[in-house]
This record gives sequence, C-alpha cells and structure tokens, in this order.
Amino acid sequence: MKTFDVAIMGAGIVGAACAAALTREGLSVVVIDANGIASGTTAAGMGHIVVMDDTKAQFALTKYSQDLWKQLAQEMPKDCEYDNCGTIWVAANDEEMTEVRRKHELYSANSIPSEILGENGLRDAEPNLREGLAGGLLVPGDTVVYQLTATKFLIEKAVAKGAELRLADRVVTITDDGVMLKNGESISASIVVNAAGANAAELMPQLNIKKRKGHLVITERYEGFVSHQLVELGYLRSAHGNDADSVAFNVQPRSTGQMLLGSSRQFDAETGEVDREILGRMTARAFAFMPRLPELSAVRVWTGFRSATPDNLPFIGKILGFENVYAAAGHEGLGITTSLGTAELITDALLGRKSQISPEPYLPSRTFIEH
Amino acid sequence: MNRISTDILIVGGGAAGLSAAVEASAKAKVTNVDDNPNLGGQIWRAELGKVKSSEAKHLIEQIDVGKVQIINNAQVFGSNGVDKLLAETTDGNLELRFEKLIIATGARERFLPFPGWTLPNVLGGGGLQALVKGGLNIDGKRVVVAGTGPLLLAVADYLNAKGAEVLLIAEQTSAAKLRRFARGLWRQPAKMIEAAALRARLVGIPYKTDCWVTSADVSSSSRVLRSVSVFRNGITRTVECDYLACGFHLVPNIELASLLGARIENGFVAVDEFQHTSLENVYCAGEPTGIAGVESSLIEGKIAGLAGSGQPDSARSHFAARDKVRRFGEALNKAFGLRSELKTLAEADTIVCRCEDVKYKQLSEYGNSREAKLQARCGMGSCQGRVCGPATEFIFGWKPGSVRPPIFPVKLKNL
Ligand SMILES: Cc1cc2nc3c(=O)[nH]c(=O)nc-3n(C[C@H](O)[C@H](O)[C@H](O)COP(=O)(O)OP(=O)(O)OC[C@H]3O[C@@H](n4cnc5c(N)ncnc54)[C@H](O)[C@@H]3O)c2cc1C
Ligand SMILES: Cc1cc2nc3c(=O)[nH]c(=O)nc-3n(C[C@H](O)[C@H](O)[C@H](O)COP(=O)(O)OP(=O)(O)OC[C@H]3O[C@@H](n4cnc5c(N)ncnc54)[C@H](O)[C@@H]3O)c2cc1C
Repeated sequence: MKTFDVAIMGAGIVGAACAAALTREGLSVVVIDANGIASGTTAAGMGHIVVMDDTKAQFALTKYSQDLWKQLAQEMPKDCEYDNCGTIWVAANDEEMTEVRRKHELYSANSIPSEILGENGLRDAEPNLREGLAGGLLVPGDTVVYQLTATKFLIEKAVAKGAELRLADRVVTITDDGVMLKNGESISASIVVNAAGANAAELMPQLNIKKRKGHLVITERYEGFVSHQLVELGYLRSAHGNDADSVAFNVQPRSTGQMLLGSSRQFDAETGEVDREILGRMTARAFAFMPRLPELSAVRVWTGFRSATPDNLPFIGKILGFENVYAAAGHEGLGITTSLGTAELITDALLGRKSQISPEPYLPSRTFIEH
Repeated sequence: MNRISTDILIVGGGAAGLSAAVEASAKAKVTNVDDNPNLGGQIWRAELGKVKSSEAKHLIEQIDVGKVQIINNAQVFGSNGVDKLLAETTDGNLELRFEKLIIATGARERFLPFPGWTLPNVLGGGGLQALVKGGLNIDGKRVVVAGTGPLLLAVADYLNAKGAEVLLIAEQTSAAKLRRFARGLWRQPAKMIEAAALRARLVGIPYKTDCWVTSADVSSSSRVLRSVSVFRNGITRTVECDYLACGFHLVPNIELASLLGARIENGFVAVDEFQHTSLENVYCAGEPTGIAGVESSLIEGKIAGLAGSGQPDSARSHFAARDKVRRFGEALNKAFGLRSELKTLAEADTIVCRCEDVKYKQLSEYGNSREAKLQARCGMGSCQGRVCGPATEFIFGWKPGSVRPPIFPVKLKNL
C-alpha cells in the first residue's frame, strides 16, 4: 500500500492551501473530503482578506497571510476575482474615533498603510453611508477574493504537483498511521492534517471548537453602491465578544456589482436554517448605517458555521496525544484570510523549519487565557 | 409587517388556485394570494375583466368575494415556521398564517440555450404574448415560433390574430410522436391541438415537426435579430424575421414546495390522491404536481380545496376525472419530450446562465449543479436558476440544487 507523506482531511480553503504549500515542497499529498472542493464553510464565507488586531497573535497571522495573498494574486486567474477594494472601518461616534486613531498608529508602526477619514472624508468615499457618522479608517491594502474559485485554484496547484484528490470520501478514524474512510479503506500517511473546519472536533474532541453560525445576504447588482468593504468598528465587539448572539454591519462589494451583507454570530445553533429573528437584527443594523439599503433587493440568504476556539485563534500544529496528527482548524471568521499563513506554519512544522512568525500562539497544546 | 390569519391559504390564482378557493370557501375561511395584478393565472389573467372563455367566467362568478379574500400583487418569498408564509406586497411585508396551505403556483416555460438565444428580440412564447398584451405593436412583424408543446400553437394563433406575420411554427418533436398522441385516448385536447394546427394552416402558417432553431443571428452592423437558422431533415435554412418566440414546453414552479420541505419526485411535488403533499398541512394542485393542461389544474384544485377543507368524500368524487386528465398529461409530456439533438445546440461561448453570464464551456467542466453554482455562479443570479436550472438538468443531467430563501428577490426591508 502506498504511503503518502501527508493526508489532509478537508478540501476547504485551509486544506487546499496546505496541499498547495506541502506539494510545493515536494511532499506527496492526498486530500480527502467528505463532499467536494470548498463545499463546507468556505462556500458560505465572504472572502474578505483583512488584517485584524484583536490580539497580537491575530495581527501577526492576518498580516503574514495578507502578504502571502498579495504574492499569490500575481498568479491567480481572473475568476478568483481578487479585488483591491480596501476596507473602511466605520466609526459611528467619537469614542470609536479614538479606536480609529489607535488602529492607525498600530498599523503605521507595522508599515501597513492606512488613512484616517473624518466625517466628510467618509461620505466622499462612501456616499451611501448615512450622514453624521464620525469617520473611519481606510485600509487600502485589504482585499477581497472569491474564495470558492481561489480554493479550486489552490487544489489545482497541488494536483499539478502530484497531489491526489479523494472527493466524496469521509474520514471516520484518524491515527498516527493515517486515516480510515467510511467505505472501510485505509489510507496510509506519515502525517495527517485535520483541516475539517467546523467538523474538525468531531473526530478529535480534544480540539475545543464550537460552531458559530453566521448569516449572509446577497443583493441584486447595484454597481457602485459601495466601493470598499465596510465594517463597523463595533464588529470587533461582535466577533470577539463571547456573547451568545450578536450582529454587526459588514458589507462587501462584489465584482459583479452585487453586495454581500453580514454579519451575525450565534452559538448553540446546530442547524443551518435561516433564523428570521437574527436576520432581521442584522439587516436593521445595516440599515442604520446605509439608509438606502432597505429598498434594494436581496437575492438569497444563507448560513455557514465558523469554527470558534476559546481564544479566537486557530489551532495550527501537533495535536496533543498524537505523534503524527496536526490540526489546521478553528479559524472562526478569518479562515479565508489566514488559510495561507496556516499552510506555511504547517509546512514549516512538518519540515522542521523556522517560521516567519512565531507558531506558539496557535499550537493546539496551548493553555487558554480567556478574555 | 402586516399580518393575516386564515383557515386555508392558497398560493396562486390560476385555474388550480381558483377552483380550490371555490370548493374550500364552502367550509372555511379562504385567502388566495397571487403575484399578478389580476387573477386567472397564465391563461386567464389578461382576459379577466373582459372574460372571453366561458370556463373562466364560470369560475370567477363562483368565487364568493365575501368568503374568499383575494390578495393580488403579493409574491410569496419565504416561510416563518411551519404555519406562516411571507409575501412581499406593494405596501411592504405580509405574514400569512394558515391552518392549511394549498400550493397552486403553476408552471413556466422551459428555455434551452442555443447561439443567439439571449438576443433582444428572442423571447419565450408566453413572454412575447405578454409583451403584445402589454402594448407591443406586432402588426406586420415577421415572427418565427419555435420550440415544443401545444403552447406554440396558442402563441402563433394569438400573434397571428394581432396582425403578426407568423412565418413558421418549428416543432421539435417528431411527426410520428405527434400522430401517436393524437390517435390516443385524448380526443378532446388532441382535437384542440389539431384544430389550432388546422387554423394555422388555414391562414397559411407552416407547422413543421422534426424542426428546430439552431441559432438566432444578427446583422453584421448591429445587435438586432436578423434571421434564425432552422434545421429540418438534415438541412439548415435561414429564415429572416423580426422576432423569435421560442419555448420548450413547461417546467413546474416547485420552489415554494421545496423550500417548505415537501417531497419532490422526478421534478414534481409528490402528492397522494387527495393532493396532499408529504407535509402535514400542505396540499398542492395544478402544474407543480404534473404538466397536464388547464383541465387537470381545475380538477386538482377542486380536490385540494375539498380535501383541505374537510370534505374528503366530495373530493373522492373527482378522482376518476383527475386520473383521466393525468393520463392525458403523461401522453402530452411523452409527445413533447425533448430530442437529444437539442442538448448540443449551445456552443462553447453560448451563455447558459443569463443572470451571471456563465458560458457553456465554463459549465462543461463541472460534475453537478452545486459545483457549477459555487464555482461558476451558474444559477446564483436574480432568477435563482429558474431559467438555467431546467436547461442544465436537460443538457448535463444535473439535479436541481437545494432551494434557498427568498424564492424570489425581495427588498431587504421586507426580508
Ligand atoms: C458568514 C461567514 C462569513 C465569513 N467571512 C469571512 C471573511 O470575510 N474573511 C475570512 O477570512 N473568513 C471568513 N469566514 C470564515 C471562513 O469562511 C472560514 O474560516 C473558512 O472557510 C474555513 O475553511 P476550512 O477549510 O477550515 O473549513 P471548510 O471550508 O468547512 O472545509 C472543511 C472541509 O472538510 C470536510 N470534512 C469535514 N469532515 C470531514 C470528514 N470526516 N472527512 C472528510 N472530509 C471532511 C468538509 O466537507 C469541508 O469541505 C466567514 C465565515 C462565515 C460563516
Ligand atoms: C407562459 C405560459 C403561457 C401559457 N399559455 C397557455 C394557453 O394559451 N392556453 C393553455 O391552455 N394553457 C396555457 N398555458 C398552460 C397553463 O399554465 C395551464 O393550462 C393552466 O393555466 C395551469 O393553471 P395553474 O393554476 O396550475 O397555474 P397558473 O395558471 O400558472 O397559476 C399559477 C399562479 O400562481 C402565481 N404564483 C406562482 N408562484 C407564486 C408565488 N410565490 N407567490 C404568489 N403567486 C405565485 C403565478 O403567477 C400564477 O398566477 C401556459 C403556460 C405558460 C407558462
């Protein structure tokens, strides 16, 4: 029986990025997915590639990953719709403007360009925002990608370097010697990477991952209605508070002229159906920022599950209790962004190389400092 | 949000929905919602007010406006729990609470992609008819009617009466299939088709079987339709025309039933003999359960209306008639089944999904509708795959993907 260097469970964007990085280094890789390429949370997300600074570790990983995206963009085909639209963090009031200034200083100190917008500057940049908002922070280096085609692109890169793809095959057991599939077949591998997204903990309860449900709405085409990804500064509270339910204003322009509207966060929601109550709160939140939104048409609503960890940082590295099994999971609302950085950390760990950022904060064996 | 509570909610004000309303209103409080300004569904909505057919007139007269609450211009787009639907109306969002629901959402035309099918003056048969009803002057315009099904004859007949010069009716099915259909048990309806065909011949419109449009072409200087290429018996010829009305029979509107979770079988809503779906409180009547003509919609509507309002015995008395028209439907669908040559009309650059501009060559690399939807966005646009879904099902054999709310685009404030 053939033994692969690495078996990756999950062909979402994280598994795909790992496959591309590992095959680039000459390792033999098999990618196994219970469904299809990008059929899990990756299909439900927004594709905002964004630097976030909730914690130092988050900042390091998102910044590192964003740089990797910029390199990858050079070779990505057009259908990945990589768009340099930038982010504007919208400040509703003076208190949030303080946060804008803090962010600006931090970004500047780390050579990330950003620009403080006052009330008028904000309206000039985004005329459909309501009057009376205090201002915002424009981060021109943030981008948007169509994460579905990007995942396919990463998988194709890996396959071109010899990776094998096993779709519609479910992993039921993971051991230090490989994985066992639902059909009874064993796949032998020196290393197993668990990149099963929100399902990563199913086979490995020691990974403390909780599903956190989100809703998104896509509109009809309204070319030019928004030009940047707009996120309210209060988003940080929503994303990183550990409250049961929260909503925040987050809107993304798509290259088709459509807009994606988010976002909501709910724990303890097991099924994927649309929850009208939180959807109503989410749209109301958006209307409070963009008074012309209510009259625009929505084409579809869907939900997806983020994988939340206790400290909102992903699990990247060897899993406690195993010799050869690694985790690349728990990316919450940032997995599109951080997939590329994750893949490099995993690759460095497997090859025993020093990483460009410290891997410590993401190790699954870390002890949690909850906040 | 406005709220209404009713015993029996009927979605769809066509033949099926109205006949259900008539029967159910004898025993229950009935509300009928339809997304058009007028009742009557596909065939009657334009003539109500100046009702021509005695059937329609009879049905409308029986509707007791004291007992049936009629809500027009209300499009049902979603649900809220198992006993509430949500509709978008001109004054906002309407929540409709019901004890029993009867889905009578009818059917739409099927379109297939071929080079040029997205050009301006290329429309569906029903689409062109609607434009003319809405004031488009077709007088003296040269029209080719093509595709398949009895609708072609009705469309040609109508356009001819409005002064169009109908050059040709191109029916893709074979003469042999059509003859078998006409010879079958289906004297009445088959006679109707024959009569229409005859009328067409009388006014000099050629009705050609085994014949289909392979492309719609523009003049080199503009993007205006100039001619269509028509294939028959191995020969392609060019017919110059101003309009092409092209539709390939009908596909059922099953989105609402699917959204609610009713069982779908072979593309239709599965019902028992009482028109009861797999859901406790939901019935379905008319074309979502099978394409079998207006007669069938009327009878199924009656049965659903009776069964839904607790009159099972009266419902039973219509079973025999319903089974007969169903057999007609089966024969009809066999007679106008699509020939496999139509699967290869689209060329590499032919657009298949109009909303998202997805071309044939992009789709041929995917294995199913979900992949095509996620990767190429086929069916993700504002028609929600209503046009390209049936086409990709026919061409690639892809089963339709799951239905997501809202089933029609709806203003964000009404979501
Ligand atoms: C509403 C929403 C908006 C978001 N917006 C953004 C954003 O703007 N920017 C951003 O960076 N991130 C965003 N995210 C987060 C991002 O989508 C996720 O972090 C990312 O997609 C996770 O990718 P993944 O590969 O880990 O998981 P998945 O995409 O879920 O992939 C896991 C794969 O594993 C497979 N699998 C599971 N179990 C098994 C098994 N037993 N055997 C075999 N295969 C298995 C699944 O089929 C699946 O394909 C958003 C998420 C949501 C829900
Ligand atoms: C374009 C077209 C033209 C046709 N022309 C003819 C003809 O000339 N002669 C003929 O015999 N047959 C014709 N037919 C066939 C015709 O549909 C049937 O004979 C018969 O009308 C079916 O009745 P029904 O009640 O089942 O459906 P329909 O008459 O289609 O009625 C369904 C009604 O429900 C409404 N509806 C659907 N979904 C929703 C929703 N979510 N919310 C609110 N309302 C909704 C529709 O707009 C429609 O008014 C045509 C069909 C089509 C599609």
